[in-house]
Amino acid sequence: MAESASILEARDISLQFGGVRALSEVSFQVKNGELFSIIGPNGAGKTSMLNCISGRYRPTAGQVFFKGRDITPLTPNQRAARGLGRTFQNLALFSHMSVLDNIMVGRHHLLRNNFLSGAIYWFGGAQREELEHRRAVEDIIDFLEISHIRKATAGTLPYGLRKRVELARAVAIKPDLILLDEPMAGMNLEEKEDMARYIVDLNEEWGMTVIMIEHDMGVVMDISHRIMVLDFGRKIADGLPGEIMSNEHVKKAYLGEEDDVVGEVA
Amino acid sequence: MAAAAFIPCGQFKTTYAKDTTIFPTPVSRAFAVLALVLLCLVPLVASRYQLNLAIQIGYYGIAALGLNILVGSTGQISLGHAAFFGFGAFTSAYLNNAYGIPVFFAIPLAGLITTAVGLVFGIPAGRIKGLYLAIATFASQFILEDFFARADWFTGGSAGSIASPFGLFGYEFSSDQSYFYVVLAYLVVMFLLGANLLRSRDGRAFVALRDHYLSAEVMGINLTKYRILSFGISSFYAGIGGALFGHYLGYVSAEAFTILLSIQFLGMIIIGGLGSVMGTLMGTAFMVLLPEVMEAGVQNLGGILPGMSDALAFIKQAAIGLAIVLFLIFEPDGLAHRWRMIKAYWKLYPFSY
Repeated sequence: MAESASILEARDISLQFGGVRALSEVSFQVKNGELFSIIGPNGAGKTSMLNCISGRYRPTAGQVFFKGRDITPLTPNQRAARGLGRTFQNLALFSHMSVLDNIMVGRHHLLRNNFLSGAIYWFGGAQREELEHRRAVEDIIDFLEISHIRKATAGTLPYGLRKRVELARAVAIKPDLILLDEPMAGMNLEEKEDMARYIVDLNEEWGMTVIMIEHDMGVVMDISHRIMVLDFGRKIADGLPGEIMSNEHVKKAYLGEEDDVVGEVA
Repeated sequence: MAAAAFIPCGQFKTTYAKDTTIFPTPVSRAFAVLALVLLCLVPLVASRYQLNLAIQIGYYGIAALGLNILVGSTGQISLGHAAFFGFGAFTSAYLNNAYGIPVFFAIPLAGLITTAVGLVFGIPAGRIKGLYLAIATFASQFILEDFFARADWFTGGSAGSIASPFGLFGYEFSSDQSYFYVVLAYLVVMFLLGANLLRSRDGRAFVALRDHYLSAEVMGINLTKYRILSFGISSFYAGIGGALFGHYLGYVSAEAFTILLSIQFLGMIIIGGLGSVMGTLMGTAFMVLLPEVMEAGVQNLGGILPGMSDALAFIKQAAIGLAIVLFLIFEPDGLAHRWRMIKAYWKLYPFSY
C-alpha cells in the first residue's frame, strides 16, 4: 500500500441549500489505506459531506478528486464504477429482494451480461459469469457471517442484520474507498464490537480505504487512523485520535461552549 | 425466485448452478415439463371454444409478462400497454402485406419495431415517476390510438387490415389446433427469456431501482437507462403478443386496442402477482376465463332469475372490476402468492409445524 498517496481529496467543498450553508469550504485528504473518521455534533454536515463524495449532492463550490481524477461532475453510478462504495445512515436495502440478490446488485458494474445475454442465460456466458460472481459474493457473505440468512427477504430482517447486509452490498462493489454512514447507529454493544471488527478487517485485510461517520466516540478513537471534526459545516480540526481528544475546539463543539471558530459562523 | 422457506427437506444443493435454477426443485421442474407435454396434447381433445380461450391466454399472457416486467419488477406504471400490443399487431400485418415478409419473420420483427416505439415513448420515464408517468403513458395510448385511426397506409384506417395466417415451410397454421402450437412455442420461449432476464444482472437492476432507486444508483445502476430499457422490453413483449393476436384473428382493427384493454392488462398482473413470472400466466388465465365463467353461470341461473341474461354484458364487466378490487384488498400479492401458500400448506400437511 502506498501510504503517502491520497486516494481522495476534497478541495474547498461548499454546499448550500437556499440560505442554509451545510458545508463551508471544507478541504481534506484521505490517504490510501487509511481508516478515516468524520465526527461532529448533529447537523454538522457529515452526511452532506459523504453525499458530496458519493455524488448524491453536487457541491455548490469546490471539487472532489478520487484517485487523482476530478469526479465532481460524475453521477453516483459512474462513481461506483470507479470503485466508490457506500452505505446509508437510514437503511436503504432493496427490501423485497433476497439478501443474496441485494449483494449481487453490488456486482452490477463488474458484470458484463446485459438484458440480451441475460435472457439467453445458458448460451452467451451469462450463467458462467453469474456463478463466478456468486462465488465472490459468497466470500463476502462468509466474511460478514450472514450465510444463514442469504435467502431471506431483506425487508424481513432485524435491524442489526440489515446493517450488515448493507455493508455486504457495499463491499460487493469491490470498492477502493468505502463510505460508511453511521454503521453502528442503534446497535447494542455486541453488534457494535462485531461491526468494528468487520470494518477493521475490511481496512486491513481487504485493503479498502474507509471513510466512516460515527457517533460512538469509543469506537471512533479506537479504530480510526485519522479523524476530521466538522461543526456547523466547517472543519474545526483534523488529526490523529489523540490530538482530536485533546483539541480545545472539539471539546467546545461537543460541550456547546462559546468558541471563536463557531462564533464566526453563528 | 421461489422463497427458500418452501423448499422441501432433503433437497441439498451442492453447486451454485443448482441454486440458481428457474425451478427451485427437480420435482417442480418435472411438473413444468409434464404440464408442457399435457398442453401439447390439448388440441387433440379440446373443443374449438376451449382452444380459442387457451390461445387468448397465450398471446395476452406474453403481453402481460412484458407489462409485469415494467410495472411489477421495475415499479413503473404504464396505461398504454394495449397501444403497443396493437402496434405489434398492425406492424406484423403491415410487414407481411406491404413487403411480403413471411409471417414467421414478421412477428419477431414487429416485436423489435414495437420495442423502438416503446423506447421513444419511454423517454419521459427517465425523468418522471408515479402519477405523472401514468399520465404520460396515458398520452402514449391516445397518440397511438389516433395514429391507428389516421394512418391508412399502415393500418387500413377504419377498415382495418388483413393479417395472413402463420406459415412455415408452406404449411399454414390457419386452424385453431395448429395455431395453438405456435402460441405455445412463443409462450414458452418468451417466459423462459423473461425468467432468465429476472435472474441475471439487468433484471436485478430493475428490481433494485423499484425498491430503492437512490441506493440503486449508488450501486452503479444508471437509472435513466434502466427506466427506459424497461419500457423497451415491455413493448417487445407487447409487440410479440399483439402480432400473435393479429395473425390469429386474421384481421386487425383499431377498436381492439383501447384503454380498456390496457386496464385489463394491469388487472391481469395485479391478480396474478406483481413481479411474478408464473403469476402473470395465472392472472391472464383468470382474466380470460372469468367472463366465460360468468357467462356460463348466468345462463344456468337464467331459468331461475329471468332478466339475468339481459344484464350479461354488464355482469361480465362488473365481475372484472370486482375481482380486481377483491384481490387488492384480500390478496395484494396475487395468485402467485396464494399458490405459494397452498404449496407451503401441503408441504406440512397434516401438521402445522
